Amino acid sequence: MFKFVSMRLLQSIVVMLVVGLIAFGLFRFVGDPINNMVGQDTTLTEREALTESLGLNDPFLVQYGRFISKAVQGDFGMSYRLRQPVSGLIAERFPATLELSLISAFIALALGVPMGIYTAIKPKSLITRGFMTLSLVGISLPTFLIGILLILFFGVTLRWLPTFGRGEVVDLGWWSTGFLTASGLKSLILPAITLAIFQMTLIVRLVRAEMLEVLRTDYIKFAHARGLSPRLINFSIALRNTLVPVITIIGLQVGSIIAFAIITESVFQWPGMGLLFIQAVSEVDIPVMAAYLLLIAFVFVVINLIVDILYFVVDPRLRVQS
Amino acid sequence: MSDISNERSSFLTRFRESDLWWNFKGSPGAIIAATVTFLMIFGAAFANFVAPHNPFDLATVDLFDALLPPAWEDGGKASFLLGTDDQGRDVFSTILYGSRISLIVGFASVGFAAILGIAVGLVSGYAGGVVDSILMRIADVQLSFPAILIALLIDGVARGIMPRETHDELAVYVLVIAIGLSFWVQYARTVRSSVMVERNKEYVQAGQVIGLPDWIILVRHILPNVMGPVLVIATIQLALAVITEATLSFLGVGVPPTSPSLGTLIRIGNDYLFSGEWWITIFPGGALVILVLSVNILGDWLRDALNPKLR
Amino acid sequence: MSKTLLDIKDLVVEFPSRHGDVIAAKNVCLSVESGEILGVVGESGAGKSTIGNAVMGLLERPGRVGGGEVFLEGEKISGLSQVQMRKIRGKRIGMIFQDPLTSLNPLETIAKQLIGTIQTHLGFNDADARERAISLLDQVGIPNPSERVDHYPHQFSGGMRQRVVIALALCAEPEVILADEPTTALDVSIQAQILDLLKKLVREKGVGMILITHDMGVIAEVADRVAVMYRGVVVETGPTAKILGNPDHPYSRSLISAVPRPDVRLHRFPMVESIEAAGERKDLDLSTHWLGKARDFGQSDGPLLKVDNLEMVFKTGGMFGGGSSIVRAVDDVSFDIRNGECFGIVGESGSGKSTIARLVTSIYKSAGGSINFAGTDLTKIKKRKELNVHRRQMQMIFQDPFSSVNARMKVRDIIAEPIRFHKLASSEKETRQIVDDLLDHVGLGAKAAVKYPHEFSGGQRQRISIARALATRPRFLICDEPTSALDVSIQAQILNLLKDLQDELGLTMMFISHDLPVIRQMCDRVGVMSKGKMVEIAETEELFVAPKHDYSKHLISLMPSYTGLMNKEDAQAEAGQAEAS
Repeated sequence: MFKFVSMRLLQSIVVMLVVGLIAFGLFRFVGDPINNMVGQDTTLTEREALTESLGLNDPFLVQYGRFISKAVQGDFGMSYRLRQPVSGLIAERFPATLELSLISAFIALALGVPMGIYTAIKPKSLITRGFMTLSLVGISLPTFLIGILLILFFGVTLRWLPTFGRGEVVDLGWWSTGFLTASGLKSLILPAITLAIFQMTLIVRLVRAEMLEVLRTDYIKFAHARGLSPRLINFSIALRNTLVPVITIIGLQVGSIIAFAIITESVFQWPGMGLLFIQAVSEVDIPVMAAYLLLIAFVFVVINLIVDILYFVVDPRLRVQS
Repeated sequence: MSDISNERSSFLTRFRESDLWWNFKGSPGAIIAATVTFLMIFGAAFANFVAPHNPFDLATVDLFDALLPPAWEDGGKASFLLGTDDQGRDVFSTILYGSRISLIVGFASVGFAAILGIAVGLVSGYAGGVVDSILMRIADVQLSFPAILIALLIDGVARGIMPRETHDELAVYVLVIAIGLSFWVQYARTVRSSVMVERNKEYVQAGQVIGLPDWIILVRHILPNVMGPVLVIATIQLALAVITEATLSFLGVGVPPTSPSLGTLIRIGNDYLFSGEWWITIFPGGALVILVLSVNILGDWLRDALNPKLR
Repeated sequence: MSKTLLDIKDLVVEFPSRHGDVIAAKNVCLSVESGEILGVVGESGAGKSTIGNAVMGLLERPGRVGGGEVFLEGEKISGLSQVQMRKIRGKRIGMIFQDPLTSLNPLETIAKQLIGTIQTHLGFNDADARERAISLLDQVGIPNPSERVDHYPHQFSGGMRQRVVIALALCAEPEVILADEPTTALDVSIQAQILDLLKKLVREKGVGMILITHDMGVIAEVADRVAVMYRGVVVETGPTAKILGNPDHPYSRSLISAVPRPDVRLHRFPMVESIEAAGERKDLDLSTHWLGKARDFGQSDGPLLKVDNLEMVFKTGGMFGGGSSIVRAVDDVSFDIRNGECFGIVGESGSGKSTIARLVTSIYKSAGGSINFAGTDLTKIKKRKELNVHRRQMQMIFQDPFSSVNARMKVRDIIAEPIRFHKLASSEKETRQIVDDLLDHVGLGAKAAVKYPHEFSGGQRQRISIARALATRPRFLICDEPTSALDVSIQAQILNLLKDLQDELGLTMMFISHDLPVIRQMCDRVGVMSKGKMVEIAETEELFVAPKHDYSKHLISLMPSYTGLMNKEDAQAEAGQAEAS
């Protein structure tokens, strides 16, 4: 167990260093840091002095090391566009994205997993056909279009729900939450549904496929031949065996919800990291892009680590030596 | 000569007798989806002839026709079936031209991803060892990041290294590369695992016993045997690529408004949503969904048909 | 007097398909009494397994019971609902599946699986159920059951897992057990143990067992009565001795005569009226034909193949950073094969016999030792071009007829590939002519050239494989279990074909098999492999009559005792004829 986790931890660190390298590459070579810091009329000598003082003439590895050690301390430099420290910008917007993602992930999983299981166990039922048709439409609807349709219907036509922003937020220390006000909760509804729908349809299809795979195995047939009840077979044997691949799916989907938040935030003008990132991409605000990349990578690495440990708990073949 | 035509006709008969064709004839969903897909591809490819107007010919576009509703609503004009946008362009025609760009980006990026992914998968699966480990670690890391994020990053990098005008000109190419580079992993992993299965099959060893060089075995023997799953992935990914392109364009980092794709059209229309001109958004959106849905239905059908066990 | 437990009357099973209904079982009548083992034997596609599934109400879609009735102790059980059937499955009829590696839920301990089944049917409390689970494991011969019961399936070997499967089938003391190929996935030595166990359980508990198998040896070993199935129909039922010794139906006769005789060597297999037309072989005039020409390989003195101290290792494990271990697949093996002889290699699965074939053909690289072919050490050759000169002279026929030919190529291109690659024909026209002749020669017919492999059966595909091997005009042919995936009647045809080709072309052969009777029929000398080592090399007859090494003795002792259709005198007479001819 310890060995397994420490191996995974080591791998995660390597992944983070590689992503760090990409982020550093972006920072150092894509945008010219000097051009973005000085005005048109700066002289060549002033530029060189600045270059020297920023350490941009140092060897590559030294610069990379400095970048990493600063990043670890949360220092990502200044945004070119907003002229503010990137870490502050991100800290300000992180709660908005996290609250949105968590609620959406909850909706997507709480509905998607049971629907996937149901459609696998009852492949011929009418409800299954309905679910499957809906899920096909669901994966064909781009997230942004779902958002637009919801805005048009609930916002423009019915005027029930707000269509942009977070509403009123309450500051709890450095964390600002929309959970504690009516307008905050109302504002959350449409973006959360938007973000959840696409992921949910994916989860339904993936869980269904895995469950069907398990239901075709010999040990399920043998269980039927022993006269065990369908409830025991479906929910104890099949479900547990489906859990192993489903954990992976959940891990990947939670990751991708954070990424797809970019689109939702853009549609609803939700003041989160995704909106910040998309603005950074169109304005080539490299420090923000690099910081966002590192942060997302970190979240994914943590999720993968949790998934690996869960594997270990669920599957005795990993836990018990033969 | 007769021999060749004979063999070709035998291919046609083989196809007609094949389970795939029989299966296709028996699934109305697949037939409708295939027809719709074909019509949309046809309409997009021959937009110049099919479209009632040329929305990008400034001489024919009249600002007095701006923001007309669809023909059946009050104030609509029969010549603009689905209405016009803020610049007086015919929405139906912009959809045709827009789907052309969407489809070009979709097909090109899927093709690019497929070639890259198949090549990596073949090499990785056949060579094994260190080469395999390195390629697959890269794939693993990339796979844990959603494609859209990678495409955004690549687009951001492209913006960083070229001036704005150049970027607008090359936007389509940038998109193809960005989407292609974020999609190759799927092919690589599927092809690799198929190759690892195929490589241990005895027909490959028969080739080795004959003395065939590895590349002949890979290209002539293994590749045709792993194309089934690749075809399924390619179909499903075409749908995903069209969605991704539309998403990027909607976010404003895709193709510029001067030669809009479906995503760009939706972005343009989005600004008019609140003032009641819904048709500028909804019709391109509908076209996008119908296209993607048809391709997805085809992909689903193809997967089931090639994998009878999975039903 | 024993009573009839399960009575199947006029059972019909249909599978609706694209080309109309396929009848998998047609008016099948079977019955089994207590304390009796009824063997159901037949070749693949005969509908054996369908019957078991139909009785249990577990037919896979779209299969359905089209008629007939099933009685369990006089009570009709066909047509019962799934809920009612659940009280019969496991409780009154137990079932044992073929593959022990996939029959058990990998995530639960054996205890949990046993207790779940016991409680479902017998309503025991936890402690009693656990006690019963342990005693069941004891009954099926699992050592140290009170500790092993808490292990997971992956901690058991294949044979032990099959014992667990049997214990699971016995949980509720069923009256009838359906065993569907229960030993097919196991090695011969474990196979014998499991058969003994099944026999013992049937006798002790007085249950009735229907044993479904394709293996005549298994039938001879344990069955009291036998039903022979052919294309969904039971053609004959009778006591085992009668069916194996003197069957009435022509199909049973041909099926049984095709089984390789373990007791005596015949020159050829009796030709059988079989399921599949053998196809006319057109004899080529080999003195003038391409295939007969240029066979003037430099005749060197001494053996054609001389293998010395061959070594091969595989690395396994190490997935999760755990200790990887090294398996010596081939461990210091030496042997030689003389010009024109057929050298057999026999051993259980995993003994390294197929690895030797792949080392000799340079598919794998050896870890040590030398392989001298016609005087050249192949392990010393670095360049592919040089190696190909020798590769052309040795070809290989593989085990699995379905994967050994590329399904995406036409038969013509499959066979022409080596001719084109080694430039053995002067023109494309000649190549095509040669391919057509080869197809005629192996009994497929030239028309096969424009078809794809999927249009052929397993036996026919094996002929394609043989034609491809002949296309380089080899002098050394390696056969790696060439018939183990085939039905016995087809096996007899293919083995006859190989014998004929060897005679006509003067081929030297290396014949690898796990099947001792087949080895006895085919080989002049035999090497016995065990755990990577070649423990004994002997003349074939000598090995079968007086094996020297303990492992050889063990293997020979496990050979099925059954001795074929005719009585001893007839067999000896025929053997005498074979030597004379």
